[in-house]
Amino acid sequence: MVAPQVKFEIRDLNVWFGPAQAIKRLDMEIAANEILSVIGPSNSGKTTFLRTLNRLIELNVNCRVSGAVELEGKDVFRIDAELLRKKIGMVFALPLPLPLSIFDNVAYGVRMHGLKNKDKIKAIAEEALKEAYLWEEVKDRLAESAFKLSGGQQQRLCIARTLAVGPEVILFDEPCSGLDPISTAKVEDAMLKLKEKYTIVLVTNNVKQAARVGDRTAFFLSGELIEVDKTDRIFTAPRDKRTDGYIRGKFG
Amino acid sequence: MKRNPYRSQKIAFALLLLATLLIIVPVGLIVVIIVQKGLPAINWQFLSDIPRQGMRAGGIFPAIVGTLYLVFGAILFALPIGLLAAIYLSEYSKENFMSRIIKLAIVNLAGVPSVVYGLFGLALFVVFFKFGASILSGSLTLGIMILPIIITTSREALESVPQSFREVSLSLGASKWQTIRHIVLPNAIPGVLTGTILGLGRAAGETAPILFTVAAFYLPQLPKSIFDQAMALPYHLYVISTQVPNVDEKVRYGTALVLLAMVLFMNLIAIIIRYKFRRKKKW
Amino acid sequence: MRKLKEFIVEKLILICGIASIFFVVLIFLFLLKEGLALFKFVKPLEFLFGKSWYPISEPPQLGILPLILGSLLVTLGAAVISIPIGVGCAIYIAEIAPARSKEVLKAGIELLAAIPSVVLGFIGMVTLVPLIKNLFHLPTGLTALSGSVMLAFMAMPTIVSIAEDALYSVPKSYKEGAFALGATHWQTIRRVLLPAASSGILAAVMLGIGRVIGETMAVMMITGNAAVIPQSILAPVRTLTATIAAEMGEAVVGSEHYFALFAIGIVLFIISFAINVTADLCLHKKR
Repeated sequence: MVAPQVKFEIRDLNVWFGPAQAIKRLDMEIAANEILSVIGPSNSGKTTFLRTLNRLIELNVNCRVSGAVELEGKDVFRIDAELLRKKIGMVFALPLPLPLSIFDNVAYGVRMHGLKNKDKIKAIAEEALKEAYLWEEVKDRLAESAFKLSGGQQQRLCIARTLAVGPEVILFDEPCSGLDPISTAKVEDAMLKLKEKYTIVLVTNNVKQAARVGDRTAFFLSGELIEVDKTDRIFTAPRDKRTDGYIRGKFG
Repeated sequence: MKRNPYRSQKIAFALLLLATLLIIVPVGLIVVIIVQKGLPAINWQFLSDIPRQGMRAGGIFPAIVGTLYLVFGAILFALPIGLLAAIYLSEYSKENFMSRIIKLAIVNLAGVPSVVYGLFGLALFVVFFKFGASILSGSLTLGIMILPIIITTSREALESVPQSFREVSLSLGASKWQTIRHIVLPNAIPGVLTGTILGLGRAAGETAPILFTVAAFYLPQLPKSIFDQAMALPYHLYVISTQVPNVDEKVRYGTALVLLAMVLFMNLIAIIIRYKFRRKKKW
Repeated sequence: MRKLKEFIVEKLILICGIASIFFVVLIFLFLLKEGLALFKFVKPLEFLFGKSWYPISEPPQLGILPLILGSLLVTLGAAVISIPIGVGCAIYIAEIAPARSKEVLKAGIELLAAIPSVVLGFIGMVTLVPLIKNLFHLPTGLTALSGSVMLAFMAMPTIVSIAEDALYSVPKSYKEGAFALGATHWQTIRRVLLPAASSGILAAVMLGIGRVIGETMAVMMITGNAAVIPQSILAPVRTLTATIAAEMGEAVVGSEHYFALFAIGIVLFIISFAINVTADLCLHKKR
């Protein structure tokens, strides 16, 4: 077996919000084309970790970062933020369609990146919607407001919107927290399929979801990475007692 | 002696109601009186004719036109600056000393007495820039005066656009300005419009700032360029109420009614826009 | 190319962002530029405390004490009328009025705020002035009192809306706590809400007064414009603002009179600046 290519390398990452430290001395690698699940109780730094990867935390005025995050050997804090975010897509906790039509939502990213050719935009949007398993449901109503879709459809629309930009990595921030079991299953299916083409980092509050879709799973607690390992290993023989406790539902 | 708390509550509430009525009833009366006494004066000639017989007869057309020119001139100047300033405050500035000073400056700008604006316009535009008493000077003066209104309302509108929209747009690799231009602004338009119209209304009703910068006592023809003086409705009302003897009550009330109607109409539109979009809001 | 465009746009936004500072400074500078020239002719103390204002006599006497006192008298009267009524109305709207009439009342207040001051001045002239004349058997109804009443109406929308905001932003839990202890609604308002909202209400009152001091047209139309030290609230007075508005038209650019009117502008600017900064501090303390 060929050693998996490293996508992200994170060394000694620290993140503060004002005086409070949200991530402490984090070292981690993320391989290309894997699904890395990140679990942990709330306020353990999972979402902050995710938002550091695409530098969305820079929107917080009082945030400070030290350490290195490298995407394929390049320091993400030195790449142009727009270029970085084009490569690293993100799906948020709640379905967050933009107040535009279904089509315009999917087309938004590529249009912003300067694509003007209408046929090309159409083709990209269709492709993205298909990849997110939404095409069949919306192909006749592309001009409608995205808010008319159901919650699950909206979340898949958000996935399609992310895919349309052509990312290499997709960050999922508890993407199913607002969805019912059936919609959740659909989103999880989509994720497993996407793995073939993309690297996926999935932050989830749902331990079972991590077990279902993650190749590897990382456990965060109070801003520290407690352990990261193959998912079945984490779930059958965790090395740290705290991991075991969390998975068994003792806290969190 | 023990006071009954419920009785003192009753008395207190009655007094509060009385205070409220002391404001609301006169407001109603003012409007009713002006409408009742002014309406008989309103006819096509009054609205479309120039003032005649030393402003005791004829119409008020030049004053209406002058006010419209001034108001649109003011908006042309204040809207772009005000909107960009609001964007700066809502999207770019951080909570620091600078933004604190800017906000304080806006509060002060809003509080400067209108007659001081008049002095300022006179000193800067009329005398220093040598625009003379002209529509240009008056519009610029009014424009600076309504700047705080436009900035404040636009900023509120921009800030009410959910932060999540910005995050989504940025996460897709859009730049900050693209995000503002394509996501934030379109959703803030109703609020910006409301502020703009309120600003228009304010500019239309103010007299003191235009006294020395543009207003003509009597000018039977329409202004031809922005360097001309112009009549204006509020100043005209002042003139025929205090400076010209023996003006028919009807003409005064009629002028007051036209001015009031103009200002209230703009406010009404602003209220309707605000109400409509508050209901239609999609998030 | 895109980057360049965005760079320009962002710089433009920054410039407009600081435009308000620029304009405030500009206003002050131009008032100073024209106003300070006066003090080549008149000493500042003589200007502020001189008892006679005869700008067109030869030589002109440019003491603005009568005008300051006129402004103070009218403002004081307006404050006495508008503060209790305005704050009372704010309490009523914020706490007591049923939801539906609340909207109507607020619209009424907004309506009042929207009426141009020249229209209020006109209405004052034709209704209030004769009323006061007959009520007190005066030779003229153009008095400080008429001005105070009319100005009170101009201050009230400011006072009501800001005070109502202040009351509204008191955390609900305070009120619920008081109710839970068995206090009546009125006790809760008086002992809990009003103290909690006091700095906001204070700011409301100050901004209302600021509005009154700066008001020009209505005051010029109904206070009689006598530039003498006022003897009673039933006598005609002239305010600082009305003086500028009434006389600037006749003052020759570059004359002492012209400079003096700008110097009055400086006084007004400083007063309004002080009021607004203090009010803003009050509003900020609340948070």
